[in-house]
Amino acid sequence: MPILHPTEQNRIISTPADSGLPTLFVQDLRYNYPDGFLALKGVNLSIAPGEKVALVGPNGAGKSTLMLHLNGLIQGDGRVEVAGMPVTKEHFPVIRSKVGMVFQNPDDQLFSPTVFEDVAFGPLHMGLPLDEIHERVTRALQMVDMAGFEERLPHHLSLGQKKRIAIATVLSMNPEILVLDEPSAGLDPRARRALINLLHELPMTMLVSTHDMRLVLDLFPRLIIMDEGEIVADGETAVLLDDVAMLEQHGLERP
Amino acid sequence: MQTTAFDRYEQRHSPIHRLDPRVKTVVTGLFILGNILLPDGAWLAFAAAWGLVWISSRLARLPVSFILKRSFIVLPFTLAAITVLFSTQGTAVYTFPLFSHTIAITNEGIVRFTSIIIRSWLSVQGAILLTATTRFPDLMHALRHLRAPRLLVAIISFMYRYLFVLADEAARLLRAREARSAAAAANQGGGSILWRAKVAGGMVGQLFIRSFERSERVYNAMLARGYRGQLMTMNPHDLTRQDWAGLGAAIFLLALIQIIGHLIAIA
Ligand SMILES: Nc1ncnc2c1ncn2[C@@H]1O[C@H](COP(=O)(O)OP(=O)(O)OP(=O)(O)O)[C@@H](O)[C@H]1O
Ligand SMILES: [Mg+2]
Repeated sequence: MPILHPTEQNRIISTPADSGLPTLFVQDLRYNYPDGFLALKGVNLSIAPGEKVALVGPNGAGKSTLMLHLNGLIQGDGRVEVAGMPVTKEHFPVIRSKVGMVFQNPDDQLFSPTVFEDVAFGPLHMGLPLDEIHERVTRALQMVDMAGFEERLPHHLSLGQKKRIAIATVLSMNPEILVLDEPSAGLDPRARRALINLLHELPMTMLVSTHDMRLVLDLFPRLIIMDEGEIVADGETAVLLDDVAMLEQHGLERP
Repeated sequence: MQTTAFDRYEQRHSPIHRLDPRVKTVVTGLFILGNILLPDGAWLAFAAAWGLVWISSRLARLPVSFILKRSFIVLPFTLAAITVLFSTQGTAVYTFPLFSHTIAITNEGIVRFTSIIIRSWLSVQGAILLTATTRFPDLMHALRHLRAPRLLVAIISFMYRYLFVLADEAARLLRAREARSAAAAANQGGGSILWRAKVAGGMVGQLFIRSFERSERVYNAMLARGYRGQLMTMNPHDLTRQDWAGLGAAIFLLALIQIIGHLIAIA
């Protein structure tokens, strides 16, 4: 069996974002899990290029379910568009190179024998040439402050280190939008601070789900609140966080 | 993740560690094949093969005891060969009655049995030496270069990666059981055998479901980063002069061991 190398044919050509179109557009999205549970009940949202948006809501609100739709890992009824492209099978390769998705549990995200291979996985499967892959891996690890960890084994790392590597695995793909599911869960204060600094420096569009209301206040000008499969509030963070009654109704607290 | 029980790699700076993983894999394979091909009772050749292990572990800066200690794991398995003691034709050295039959242990049987034990024991030492001097990812890489089926290599690498996660998961389940089975400690220490068996069965089921769900999440994570049904690889290795020299020397020594084994058997 031949070993597959990246070539011209399997390269994913991703066009730069068209100005004017929202980076993310979701309209009337509904999703039933196979067991019949209706996890999303008509979600609408639009995120402009460069926006940094927090997604909060109680456990089971449907945050992770919504995120899985954004690169077609699950498909419900309704419209989902990334940079003007509908999320359909023929667009999967390009869309997945544009949407950098980091999952809740880093042990699911880091599946390769070494850190290097994990960070290289995205660019490699985008069909990039080898020298560019090396360059991107080095840069991504530098960005998350984990330079020199290339040859380490993921299962020997601490949780905070794993979470940072998990972010590096999508930064190496140069995504247009970062979709992070609870990036600060389980981090100690210093690791959390480092994460906040990192997210602060990154220029791309972001949609971040979290239970960490301080993080929301520090980083995200826009806030979306979900509960029971619906978006119940969407607006300026400062304004929404002042509405104590509404926050309490959805099981949230003011930072 | 603190589980290190599966880690067999020992970090050293040595010519053996530096050798290309493909060379080491091929030589180990040939070494094992050679042990199988040696005739029964080729004691001198067995000794020479062990000498090769000894020299290699010296070169790898590993104490011989390191490999010896780990190699005994194979002994229980070789007991499966115990029947050759009685089933081999030859001069009986010891007979005893069993039910209505007379069972005879033959001289030839003893020779064959001992040879089987030595062969497997030598082969395991070779494999231990390989895994102790080659990082696991490099080993997988080597297998891919050597045209092992890609799917097989992918399965082994995932197994390695998630063995640790699984072991942790199992440890968590065990802890949860300990925490809840203290009440019966006064008389029986953790409940009846039946109860414990039930709990153990439930735990295995839990572990299966958890791994199954994890496999789906991992697959999602791969798709999200552009996996399209085919794993790609980057291959930085080129064989150096030292690698070729090492390969040549190893093949020469292995051939020598074969010659010793077969000539002495004839003589
Ligand atoms: N595979 C599945 N099958 C059936 N139902 C599911 C599945 N995954 C999630 N659900 C249900 O869908 C709902 C939304 O789950 P989701 O994981 O999206 O919530 P979440 O907002 O991410 O919660 P958390 O804050 O706990 O991560 C929950 O009620 C959950 O029980
Ligand atoms: Mg979630």
